[in-house]
Amino acid sequence: MDAIGPRLMLLAPEILLFGAAVVAAVLGLSRRHAVRAFLPIFTCLALIASLALMPITWTEARANEAQLVLPMLGAFIKPLLAGVGILLVLVSAGSVDRGFEAAVARGRTTFDPQRVVAGEFHAFFLFSVIGAMLLCSATDLIWIFLAVELVSLPTYIMVAVGGASRRSGEAAIKYFFLGALSTAVFLYGFAMIYGSTGSLELDNIRTALAAQAAGSGIDGVALAGLILAVLGFCFKITAVPMHFYAPDVYEGAPTHVTAFLAFVPKVAGFVVLVVLLACVGWTGHSLVDGDGVRVPYAGLPTPLTAVLWMVAVLTMTLGNVGALLQSSVKRMLAYSSIAHSGYLVIGLLSGGAAGIEAICFYLLAYGIMTTAAFAALVALERRGEEINEINDLAGLRQKQPVMAWMLAISGASLVGLPPFLGFFGKVYLFVAAFEADQFALVVIAVLNSAVSALYYLRLATVPLVAPPSARSEEVELVPTRWPWIAAVVCGIGTVILPGFLNPLVRAAEVTTKPVADVTAAAPSADPSPAPLSSNASERP
Amino acid sequence: MSLIWTSILMPIIGAALVAVSSSKLSRSIALLATLGSLAALTLFAFEFPAWNNGQYHPLEAGPAWLDAAGIRLSVGFDTVSLLLALLTAFLMPLCILGSYTAVTERVKEYYGWFLLLGASILLAFAARDAILFYVGYEFTLVPMTILIAVYGGTERRVASIKMFLYTFLGSMFMLAAIIYVAWENRVSTGAWTFDIDTLTATAIRLPASAQYWLFASLMVGFAVKVPLFPLHTWLPLAHDQAPTAGSVILASAMLKLGTYGNYRFALPMAPAGGTELMVVVAVLSIIAIIYASLICWVQTDAKKLIAYSSVAHLGLCMLGLFALNPVGAEGAVFYMVNHGLSTGALFLCIGMFYERYHTKDTDVLGGLAKKMPVWASFMVLFTFASIGLPGLNGFIGEFLCLGGTFIAEHDGQSGYPGVLGPRFAVVAGLGLIFAAMYLLILLGKIVWGPLREPHHDAGHAHACLPTDLNAREILVLTPLAVACIWLGVQPQPMLKAIEPCATRMLAQYPDEVQRLKEREAQMASEALDATNLAQVPQQGGAR
Repeated sequence: MDAIGPRLMLLAPEILLFGAAVVAAVLGLSRRHAVRAFLPIFTCLALIASLALMPITWTEARANEAQLVLPMLGAFIKPLLAGVGILLVLVSAGSVDRGFEAAVARGRTTFDPQRVVAGEFHAFFLFSVIGAMLLCSATDLIWIFLAVELVSLPTYIMVAVGGASRRSGEAAIKYFFLGALSTAVFLYGFAMIYGSTGSLELDNIRTALAAQAAGSGIDGVALAGLILAVLGFCFKITAVPMHFYAPDVYEGAPTHVTAFLAFVPKVAGFVVLVVLLACVGWTGHSLVDGDGVRVPYAGLPTPLTAVLWMVAVLTMTLGNVGALLQSSVKRMLAYSSIAHSGYLVIGLLSGGAAGIEAICFYLLAYGIMTTAAFAALVALERRGEEINEINDLAGLRQKQPVMAWMLAISGASLVGLPPFLGFFGKVYLFVAAFEADQFALVVIAVLNSAVSALYYLRLATVPLVAPPSARSEEVELVPTRWPWIAAVVCGIGTVILPGFLNPLVRAAEVTTKPVADVTAAAPSADPSPAPLSSNASERP
Repeated sequence: MSLIWTSILMPIIGAALVAVSSSKLSRSIALLATLGSLAALTLFAFEFPAWNNGQYHPLEAGPAWLDAAGIRLSVGFDTVSLLLALLTAFLMPLCILGSYTAVTERVKEYYGWFLLLGASILLAFAARDAILFYVGYEFTLVPMTILIAVYGGTERRVASIKMFLYTFLGSMFMLAAIIYVAWENRVSTGAWTFDIDTLTATAIRLPASAQYWLFASLMVGFAVKVPLFPLHTWLPLAHDQAPTAGSVILASAMLKLGTYGNYRFALPMAPAGGTELMVVVAVLSIIAIIYASLICWVQTDAKKLIAYSSVAHLGLCMLGLFALNPVGAEGAVFYMVNHGLSTGALFLCIGMFYERYHTKDTDVLGGLAKKMPVWASFMVLFTFASIGLPGLNGFIGEFLCLGGTFIAEHDGQSGYPGVLGPRFAVVAGLGLIFAAMYLLILLGKIVWGPLREPHHDAGHAHACLPTDLNAREILVLTPLAVACIWLGVQPQPMLKAIEPCATRMLAQYPDEVQRLKEREAQMASEALDATNLAQVPQQGGAR
């Protein structure tokens, strides 16, 4: 473990963001209004600076030297987090401390550092993003645990302070306790993995698991540990059976925080799952048949496949069916977020290079189209309160045509209509599923997409087509224009990016680069031993 | 290739211009854009070298859209898709001309969406890449849903949502099937591609069971669009609620995407599945014919009547396709074009009297020949074309579809796996009699007889519309009338051009019959072996 030098270089963007977070926390306490108003811009600038650092610091050689499981995963995920992060900062700009700042501006009250949270909010925002980025360079289980907590803990606080209503307090408590529960579950899993493989380091775990797989199959303890870990992380990705909190928390949290929750923790969860499952490998496993002969088997070990299969199917189905019944936009988008996790789990299950790339691409598409919907919601308010009922959006087109269009575009993309970005994400996932022979999953996903059309169509048509009601007449833009801009950027991205599929897909393909040779040369039908680790055999 | 892209992009550019122009200018821009698109396509058709060989032209691959999955922007036509694209491009300016007075609010959006609708239908017909086809096929839903939901009748939201959901569900299966074939192609060749010809070549080599499922999932997608009984229930509502021009494009071009999909994907890709399921499809088509005809008979809403008659007519078209011989296929393709012309024209006619009376109820209206003689003559002409009167365009297609069904009895000589034969043809033929009956009843009610007008006489609600048709409306209907008569009198050139395509589409079927026979023989011999094997242990046990 003398790889500190390259690893520090790999972490340069995170270190920069960490410094920025500390500065942001202090800036928020400034007595001068201009400085406090500068906070979101400062956060954006920090993210842009880290974005600029990433291609310089995250080189293939360094990543390989750091002995990461998927060395180049960060080359896609980190810029994605920073890029969407910038949009998310714009979404939340002007929402934090809004009432207090307005009172100060009108001279009703004097500035009191104890009553502002913008500094903390932006610092926690950056901490959470840093946590998700750190996961890309994880080398052992402790690192994963700490980084996941770094993602989660700030979000609990953000939910509570972002808008500071009674419901957000309730949501934060719910989120916190269930989050702690999920942490316990995956830590228990980690302990069992450690017990079976004798190491906390991912590289050693991978070697040990490959040895087990080549021998008498993966140990039951390790499998149980992996399953527990997967189920624990289902909380982060809002997948069944840990999805229950999502509708309540998403609804209770201020909308701009919901936008954050729908993206950053989810990316973090999928990064962890991809890394963990890459340690297991999607090839090289075998089954004992009736005659006691080991038969090579394509895909993850059977118990893991079975668990993920159920998780995928239940998550998509419950998400989509649940969303059908909602009259609250935020709850609907919460269920939609659950459903999209279900689609993404197909990628996890299918695995190999295609599955990982599909997940990366889908996360990009999902991030942009979901942020478009949430940003449009944040940009609107009714009598000073955020929009919650879908019927409040009826006839939005007449007063706020741009936001109505952005909601419609986002709905069309989320349902997977061509030629919007979401469609290509879905095609990519289906391709990965076919590569892994998961025909049944494709059919179930297809049926689910059709169900999802029911409610996404509402998201698209209610603002555009429905006649305005007395309630929806009162909907207007919030004073700040940043969320509006974020919505427009995301909406345009959803329409324009399909024109640039080649570069996007190439960027996603980078994530599996050093291992692509192994997985691409040996498609899942052809089980070759020691998957995803060409150097496994050289170690004892 | 550039002419094809011109014809697709003209409406899209037109839509962009409409979005930034004023309401007054928008319809002129829309008209110019569609005329430009038609002109580009006509020019292409004049120099089209592949009229007589059933091949695609141009054949070169387009620029890559997504390298990793081999998705390319390849466009090209064979005769059939060119005819259908020409039909679409031909109807677009007429629809826009016909909407001048019908649409009075949100005018810019209306023309913008209409242009996008036209562009995406043209894209679907022109695509030589399966994903590109899917993009065009599926994107038609967006403008159509909005056209119905914003400009439609009283139940417009239900209608638009129903249409969207039905079609979306179906086409998701189709997408899965296409990706499956592409995946099989990837396995066998090592490269991803969505080129339709390549995929077809791959698909026909799949085992029969795979082809069966392939055919079934493609069929689900296209059957919704056709629409085939029992998936047709969205159509009458959508037609009823859509604005006139929307109905015209829906009936004339969008429904053809369903039959075209069968022609292009389902039938040539999965001959084993087609052979196995042809009877099912044929029976459903016949049910559609009879059932929809019976509904038409008691229908008092003129627009719904035409909508149901579309279900019946397309049932006949599907029957022709699934007779699985060149005669039926030729007739079906010919009928696709002509149904587009005559039904589109009928919807326009109905839209014209609806604009004057604000009702489509045949119990309230009657004897309009007295007040609107010019309209009445057009209406009668198009109704006769729709009935299939010899000498008009509908007749040839219907006759060939039925003829194809009639001779589709496997005699071991034609080589085609027809199993339908006279039984099916006779039952389907009843549909023609029904068609004559309900359409003549419609004519009798609203064109002839004593003059009846709605009580409140909204006859002059539109101050700018005269009692009878004005010059613009005559201008809209005349090209359609000319086309109907011309194709009725002179169908031969077009039929000749379709013939190689029909043969090419069914090229795999004679082989499939052969394979089927071999498979049966093999199964018989295996069964024989099994009985032999079963006897052996018994003997052994006895010993």
